[in-house]
Amino acid sequence: MGVIEGEGGSALAKLGNIKLSEAARGLALAMPPLAYTLLLLAVPILAVIYLSFTAREPDADGNMVMSFANYVRVWTDPLYLHLLARSVGISVIVAVITVVLAYPIAYFIAFESGKWRHLWILLITVPFWTSYLLRVLSWKIALGQSGAINSILLWTGLIATPFEGLLYNIGAVVTVLAHSYAVFAILPIYVSLVRLDRSLLEAATDLGDGAVRRFVRITLPLTQRGVVGALMVVMIPTAGDYVTPVLIGGKDGIMIANQIQAQFGKANNWPLGAALSVSTMLTIGFAALAILVLARKAGRLAR
Amino acid sequence: MNTPIISIRGVSRHFGAFTALDNIDLDVKQGEFFSLLGPSGCGKTTLLRMIGGFMEPSSGKIMIDQKPMDGLAPNQRPTNMVFQNYAIFPHLNVADNVGYGLRKLRLDKAQFTARVQEALERVGLSGLGHRGGHELSGGQRQRVALARALIMQPKVLLLDEPLSALDKKLREQMQLELRRLQRAVGITFILVTHDQYEALSMSDRVAVMFKGRIAQVAPPQDIYQRPASRDVADFLGGMNFIEAQIEAEDALELKLASPLTGPITLARRDGFAQGLGKATLGIRPERLRILGPKETAPIEITGTLYDKVYYGEVTHYSVAVRGNTQPLQVAVTNSSGGPELAAGSEVKVGLDRSALVLLAP
Repeated sequence: MGVIEGEGGSALAKLGNIKLSEAARGLALAMPPLAYTLLLLAVPILAVIYLSFTAREPDADGNMVMSFANYVRVWTDPLYLHLLARSVGISVIVAVITVVLAYPIAYFIAFESGKWRHLWILLITVPFWTSYLLRVLSWKIALGQSGAINSILLWTGLIATPFEGLLYNIGAVVTVLAHSYAVFAILPIYVSLVRLDRSLLEAATDLGDGAVRRFVRITLPLTQRGVVGALMVVMIPTAGDYVTPVLIGGKDGIMIANQIQAQFGKANNWPLGAALSVSTMLTIGFAALAILVLARKAGRLAR
Repeated sequence: MNTPIISIRGVSRHFGAFTALDNIDLDVKQGEFFSLLGPSGCGKTTLLRMIGGFMEPSSGKIMIDQKPMDGLAPNQRPTNMVFQNYAIFPHLNVADNVGYGLRKLRLDKAQFTARVQEALERVGLSGLGHRGGHELSGGQRQRVALARALIMQPKVLLLDEPLSALDKKLREQMQLELRRLQRAVGITFILVTHDQYEALSMSDRVAVMFKGRIAQVAPPQDIYQRPASRDVADFLGGMNFIEAQIEAEDALELKLASPLTGPITLARRDGFAQGLGKATLGIRPERLRILGPKETAPIEITGTLYDKVYYGEVTHYSVAVRGNTQPLQVAVTNSSGGPELAAGSEVKVGLDRSALVLLAP
């Protein structure tokens, strides 16, 4: 496609004259990040998939043996199935809670914050300037038996003995994850709300809707993409979180990622760890797909 | 019939130090096509949005159908609005857009469909009910917005520059259709526009607004032919202004002198309260004509032609005259096949006494 014009000038000038098609230029621009993504994302994933189909021990000649055994184990062992179900369950619950809590915040920033809008956005991201680990550890301090919450409750005399159930259970994991991922839910919802044409809201009011009807009929359907985006952005990474379950979850709060880590670490069974990883990816993929389909169905109900 | 459908008394609106509306008094009659005309920033949209309930006045009172509207939200008022960008709900099809306000009534399906169908037919969109709200042309969007508002059977329909997004041809067609539709449904229409032709061609009465005040309220002919002030005259098409002196007055007549026209006597207009002294006379360009060598007119002004602009159906001549800083604009219809006039030539401009309008300064 390249056309070289003129005969004079340096080779560099000639090179500059090469006219690439629009698509080719776009591809050229996207090349470095594309290569980076392929190298650091696609290749490792393919390696994990390959690994998951190998046996733990090579055969007598030292060759890799292909096997479905890892998957059979993952999908028949109640321990793994239970962990998988718990992880997906926690991630869905965390995503829903986070989005429900994030929506009013995003709404407030988009509609009511006026000239302080950018300050609010900044304030919401401030906690994320510190490391994830530190934030989880501070939750441990807050939720602990002699932590901040219990201390305050004791001090005010609302309770006589400290709560013990605040830490080391699923509830604690959900609380901490919901907080950790809040900003990722607020931002996409905020963006969709800011883009919402205000005159559509005025038109709905003009045609008789009160605040609640208008929200259900116009605001929510038209910010659906933001909401679904937020659900995905929270759900997918939380399913694979292992820091929070380790530090906060206790025995009952362990998730699938902890098991994967164990297989790649202590247990030294990489193929099984790989099979667990792939199974988790697939399960979460299906859960995400189900949410998309449900959201689309719900969207059609709006009238 | 004589009680106004909308009655506005002493309405003001301030935004910080800026006064958007300054003590507005206005009555709109039942069944009237009423226009609010003015340049951008004159407060016309603010006034419309207050009638619709999207904004509250800082002071004053708005009554619709003899009920005070203080603090009532748009969904509690007997008004509906056609928005400037039409505000078509993109996630709903045409039928659901049009029937949006009916859902609250919980009609059965047949009734709902019948009323939507009727509304679509009225605006010439029958058969497009299933089209998505996001896949409509500008004209179609406007019709959907109209049908969606009219289906609510409002006492007053508010239209916020509804034609400004359309191209010229479609705009002119929609002007006629809007007028016809208004007559057919008999609902009071209040139209906000900055286009004087739109206001003149569609309205029963026009209110011309400047800087938060109403300068004149009158039927289109009166607004155009007898503008109350220089501002109104200037906003509604071209107007030549001539300096004059009022030298004598009595109950019926004013005697004026102007270096251009010589002494003239004009009938006194109602409400014209200016005393003796300096005054401004206005003449519409189309009320002036270029006289041939043998033609005469009651008033004749000699000048030099220095420019002309050809517009197809009319040609605008600029004639420089002594004693007036601005050249006279003369609009000549290109039907008579008059003489070709070259720039620089001497011309005689003629007019009748009735072409002169005395303007408040």
